[in-house]
Amino acid sequence: MGVCLLTAAILYIGPLSTAVGYRADVEWAHVIAGLGLPAPTLLGLASKAFRADVGRLNRFSASDWKWLRARHRWSGDLSVGKFNAGQKLNANFQLGAILVMMLTGSVMRFANHWPIEWRTGATFVHDWAAYAILAVVLGHIYMAMRDPEALRGMRTGYVQAAWAKSEHNAWAENEMRRAEKPSDGEADEARPPAAR
Amino acid sequence: MSDARDDGPLAGRPVGRRIVLGMVGLGALGVIFGDHLQNAENSILRPIKEHDPIGLTSLFPAGDTFRFYSITGAEPSRDADNYQLTIGGLVERPTILTLADLDAMPQTALVKDFQCVTGWRVPSVRWSGVALPDLLDHVGVRDGATALRFTSFDGAYTESLTLDQARRRDVLVATQMLGGPVSRSHGGPVRLYVASMYGYKSCKWLGGIELTDQVIPGFWENNGYDVDAWVGKSNGRADAPTA
Repeated sequence: MGVCLLTAAILYIGPLSTAVGYRADVEWAHVIAGLGLPAPTLLGLASKAFRADVGRLNRFSASDWKWLRARHRWSGDLSVGKFNAGQKLNANFQLGAILVMMLTGSVMRFANHWPIEWRTGATFVHDWAAYAILAVVLGHIYMAMRDPEALRGMRTGYVQAAWAKSEHNAWAENEMRRAEKPSDGEADEARPPAAR
Repeated sequence: MSDARDDGPLAGRPVGRRIVLGMVGLGALGVIFGDHLQNAENSILRPIKEHDPIGLTSLFPAGDTFRFYSITGAEPSRDADNYQLTIGGLVERPTILTLADLDAMPQTALVKDFQCVTGWRVPSVRWSGVALPDLLDHVGVRDGATALRFTSFDGAYTESLTLDQARRRDVLVATQMLGGPVSRSHGGPVRLYVASMYGYKSCKWLGGIELTDQVIPGFWENNGYDVDAWVGKSNGRADAPTA
């Protein structure tokens, strides 16, 4: 994704294009990186825990809708699972965006297989969607930077129990319960919060 | 996994799937109808752009400004002091012209649109330089010549025209563009401008012209684009003619 955004900037922003040159090579890197975008997701599907997370991201509960509308999201009144509704929106947006960018990118790259107006249409969608993706990615990075514990969770796979209880209460309770009953059939599905 | 406050995979409705499918559907609609949307956007933005002192609207992805393409690294660099145009092949008088030589010849000026085969078009660009037919008369075309091969001093780009196409008065060896010398990123100090054809025919950083006995397809033509690149009548496109 980073390579895509960087090469896109070089291809799209005139002064950068002029400074860098090598348009054919930059375009090649952009297309290869773009086609590679779904690879981590496809590899992840081999993992049971990943598939369980995909299931979690897919489903929006009643309390997710309340969370999205709520003014005070972390008051503890709302039940928040392993992913909050904002994270679910982001994940689904990113998956949709990857598909849209691959679809439109393929129409642009392999233009002679389609009606010529499709190429203009694909360019139009690709351009505007790129702006939307840039905004969402910057927002995602901003939110992550504000939460060191979430960053640590992404890096190491572990978070502190207190953080999980306040940010993802339903998930924390579930994991705690399961940690007490190790015979639970799905114990390997998600790692229990580390009690440090 | 069905506790009251469950975090299980099956809690709630599959909204995520709907978001993803909805986005793909919107994207597909955009591909099919984006052509019209783009035109609508351009017609709204163009008048605003003309009165935009801070250039904010140039951030919008609209389709009527020049975009930079080069097939090699960085920009080839020649200026008035070391520029040379080499004309050879089937000519009476093989010639090397400097920028000053070109400026001393009769000048032709045009105001024409520039249409790129990828869709963008820049309206009413001011061009001037030496009309290619004048240059051909200057060097003299030998019998047997039927085509021209253009080479760029970027060392890689090539283009072609038939002799008949090259004798059109709206084909320029351009030294001026947009009201000043052709800038380096626009292919300066000297580039070709073929008014009636798609932009890839207008070879940037023009370094050599060779008269040949047959058309030798250029760089993009070897990559699938039409050799006879009339705007609106080639490459499967239906743009309004530029000349």
